[in-house]
Amino acid sequence: MSASARDVRAAAAIWHDRLERDDWTAQNQAELDSWLEQSLAHRVAFLRVDAAWNRADRLGALGRAPDNASDEQTVSPKRGLLLYLKFAAAAVLIASLGSAGAWYALAPRDRIFATPIGGHETISFADGSSVELNTDTVLRARMTTEQRIVWLEKGEAFFHVKHDRLHPFIVIANNKRITDLGTQFSVRDEPQGVRVAVLQGKVWFDASEKQNATQSALLGAGDVAVARGDAISVTREPAQVLETGLSWRRGLLVFKHTALADAAAEFNRYNRLKLVIADQAAKRTIGGTFPAGDVEAFARVAKNALGLEIERRANGTLVLR
Amino acid sequence: MAELTDNGRDDAAPRDAGVPMTVSDMNAWFVREVLPLEPVLMQLFRRSWRNKTDAEDLCQDVYVRVYEAAQKQFPSPVRPFVLTVARNLLINRMKHEQVVGIETIGDLDALHLAADEPPADRKIMAREELRKLQIALDRLPPRCREAVILRKIEGLSRREIAARMGISEDTVHRHLTEGRLALADILYASPLDHGWNP
Repeated sequence: MSASARDVRAAAAIWHDRLERDDWTAQNQAELDSWLEQSLAHRVAFLRVDAAWNRADRLGALGRAPDNASDEQTVSPKRGLLLYLKFAAAAVLIASLGSAGAWYALAPRDRIFATPIGGHETISFADGSSVELNTDTVLRARMTTEQRIVWLEKGEAFFHVKHDRLHPFIVIANNKRITDLGTQFSVRDEPQGVRVAVLQGKVWFDASEKQNATQSALLGAGDVAVARGDAISVTREPAQVLETGLSWRRGLLVFKHTALADAAAEFNRYNRLKLVIADQAAKRTIGGTFPAGDVEAFARVAKNALGLEIERRANGTLVLR
Repeated sequence: MAELTDNGRDDAAPRDAGVPMTVSDMNAWFVREVLPLEPVLMQLFRRSWRNKTDAEDLCQDVYVRVYEAAQKQFPSPVRPFVLTVARNLLINRMKHEQVVGIETIGDLDALHLAADEPPADRKIMAREELRKLQIALDRLPPRCREAVILRKIEGLSRREIAARMGISEDTVHRHLTEGRLALADILYASPLDHGWNP
């Protein structure tokens, strides 16, 4: 696999925009030609952005035609152009399904990022840090030149922080505070408490939003800490176990002698189609690597491996018994 | 580009392999026939592979392979060819990751991928396109949206946009670049009939 699609597409967009500038020279053109010749990935990315930009020419139709608006029933007049211009600056942005989170990270206000059930988004911030949001997660970010704070409102996220001694990166989750000291770590807000797992580097974990809370812990690589109320408990796990816990970053769920009930609970975080395990099967165990979005595949494997039956209820729930 | 609204349906007949193709023929073919399949590809990849970045990378790989193949001969019909390339890539990838349950992607029909919708009425398609564009515009970050509107709807020059928005031309460049990228993603990668409405 060559360079990531996202990087190639970003480069193509920059080239495409430069092409429109007044100061475009023959030298620039030669550079663009050679970039396009370098790989087919470059060429198709350029074609894609060019085609999209040309399609947007039709936006011109939105500018004229208030009298057309009644004909164009699907274009609500209420959400027309004037409204855009009036409220453009005030909008609160929700980046969800299918949007390029990276590009929303440039403005200085609080930004809200959300993933639906089964969603997975990576947000890149201007400071070089990035955050991966797992399923059903809401994150609010305030990234300015003075401070770097994000609030994990719900769900789970993996942080890859570019260290800056003068501007620590702070994560607040359910009234707990995690202060990065240059590192990679995940934070999950779950019923049992706020769970922090450190893959690399060090973080301060405070059991309160305020810095230097009475209960705090310095966590290093391999530490997994859970804070509930004022108490923090820390255990150390082998790297392999930590990686397994982060397999969601690749869209996978990994089980090893996992009780069916626990596996089902994991799947249910990622899918609208809910899986229920009958009591008598709840403690049977299963292992393997599964696509997180494919409950049906998991149910079939469990059925075949453990000799269970699948019942499909009218409300769409799958029951394994 | 008039054929765009026609869904490129006139091009379904096989071509002579011997006719030399210019690069611009190739490019026009790619834009007309292959790019519109992106929502289907993304649906396939995201269903089996939840990570969006991976889905985008797989999609890029499919494009490269299809373009490469078309340089020798235009595949016809296009859609099954593209989906087969996608499926093979996906299977290789899943084998590589040792994913259980590979059989789940075997059945492409389950995704209704094979079904070709009848050609829609031209007026409806134009209206649909406008609706899609409006939604796409709606989803841009505010300042970026403002710049795109001034460029595309009001037809201002970059210098005029800079003056109107009170920003430098470099910042205009940044907003318009961001706008291009986001529009391409929304117009091509987003699900066909997904409810974006607030």
